[in-house]
Amino acid sequence: MYAQMVKSTGSGIKSREEMSPEERHFQDRVDAGEKIEPKDWMPEGYRKTLIRQIGQHAHSEIVGQLPEGNWITRAPTLERKAILLAKVQDEAGHGLYLYCAAETLGISRDELTRQLLSGKMKYSSIFNYPTLTWADIGAVGWLVDGAAIMNQVPLQRTSYGPYSRAMIRICKEESFHQRQGYDIMMKMANGTPEQRRMAQDALDRFWYPSLMMFGPSDAESVHSAQSMAWKIKINTNDELRQKFVDQTVPQAEYLGLTVPDPDLKWNEARGHYDFSEPDWEEFFEVLKGNGPCNVERMAARRKAWDDGAWVREGLMAHAAKHRGPVAAE
Amino acid sequence: MSNELPLWEIFIRGQHGMSHRHVGSLHASDAEMAIRHARDVYTRRNEGVSIWVVRAADITASAPGEKGPLFDPSNDKVYRHPTFFDIPDDVGAM
Repeated sequence: MYAQMVKSTGSGIKSREEMSPEERHFQDRVDAGEKIEPKDWMPEGYRKTLIRQIGQHAHSEIVGQLPEGNWITRAPTLERKAILLAKVQDEAGHGLYLYCAAETLGISRDELTRQLLSGKMKYSSIFNYPTLTWADIGAVGWLVDGAAIMNQVPLQRTSYGPYSRAMIRICKEESFHQRQGYDIMMKMANGTPEQRRMAQDALDRFWYPSLMMFGPSDAESVHSAQSMAWKIKINTNDELRQKFVDQTVPQAEYLGLTVPDPDLKWNEARGHYDFSEPDWEEFFEVLKGNGPCNVERMAARRKAWDDGAWVREGLMAHAAKHRGPVAAE
Repeated sequence: MSNELPLWEIFIRGQHGMSHRHVGSLHASDAEMAIRHARDVYTRRNEGVSIWVVRAADITASAPGEKGPLFDPSNDKVYRHPTFFDIPDDVGAM
């Protein structure tokens, strides 16, 4: 889940009586499972919340390239390098699909970039953690992409057409990411004692940050209730977190690795695992900019934008000089 | 920031003889760059054999508010569908 703590506007869900006729018609369409398209009438709050959510999601895909890109030059084999390169390229693509979806809501690409670089818009907390060893690349694919998939699969049914279509495309490509991560983990977990230690260490460091990706409990949040009524959020954060834990624990067992939670145990009555909450103070610190890599990540994005300025300007100058119609095939 | 790269809509024809289909959009300085980017953004998994790019600004779309006047009339011409006509089984395949 790459969108955390997205606040909707307003103070909660309006009753039907409080809604204007347009709002009522809009809500009826959403309730009937119709897709809302860019030119359709929509409440201002819906538009603004979606821009925040899709924008944050897009920024996460782009910033998410950095921790993995860190290992492209040091991948252990040529094959692993080619795979990681393809995976990181996919993340760039996912960011672009999502930026385009956000732009249909009336915000420009440059404005989205500006708001990321100024710190006004956020990206997922998870990408502010470092990737220290090759096993971390396995853990990121397995856990981080695994958690992202948990969130993105239901979002394929979201009410906003362009967002839904971007999610469908992304989900198709995403399972390669998780599998390549798990494949690395299998290799490491079945490798030398040192490789095994690296795999366990990666799980130890990425377990709780992965649980944080779903955001704090929002069962009581008016923002979440509104987003769910608009079908731009499908499940509560706790539902998705539980689903992730239930799916991931057996995968860790298969690897012979230990989830770093002494209180983790199967609850027969609930039919789910009981588990410990992550440290939410740490989460809020990371969101505030005080995580291990916040400064480094933003510096990398700013440098990329600034260093690319002459290329963008040159391309536009070239296009202005040679503008002419091109016939379709 | 007024010098933003313009937006292009991307259409891809897949392998199986279907028409070009809209797949999304991207920013590029000109048509040639749009095709290059479209190849990287929308055909990483062998999705296409041909790419069209069109400046988003050059597309004229029907207005959502005209949905009724534009499309409702076709609803009362059910005879356009072959199932409107009852043909006896004895006639054979038709």
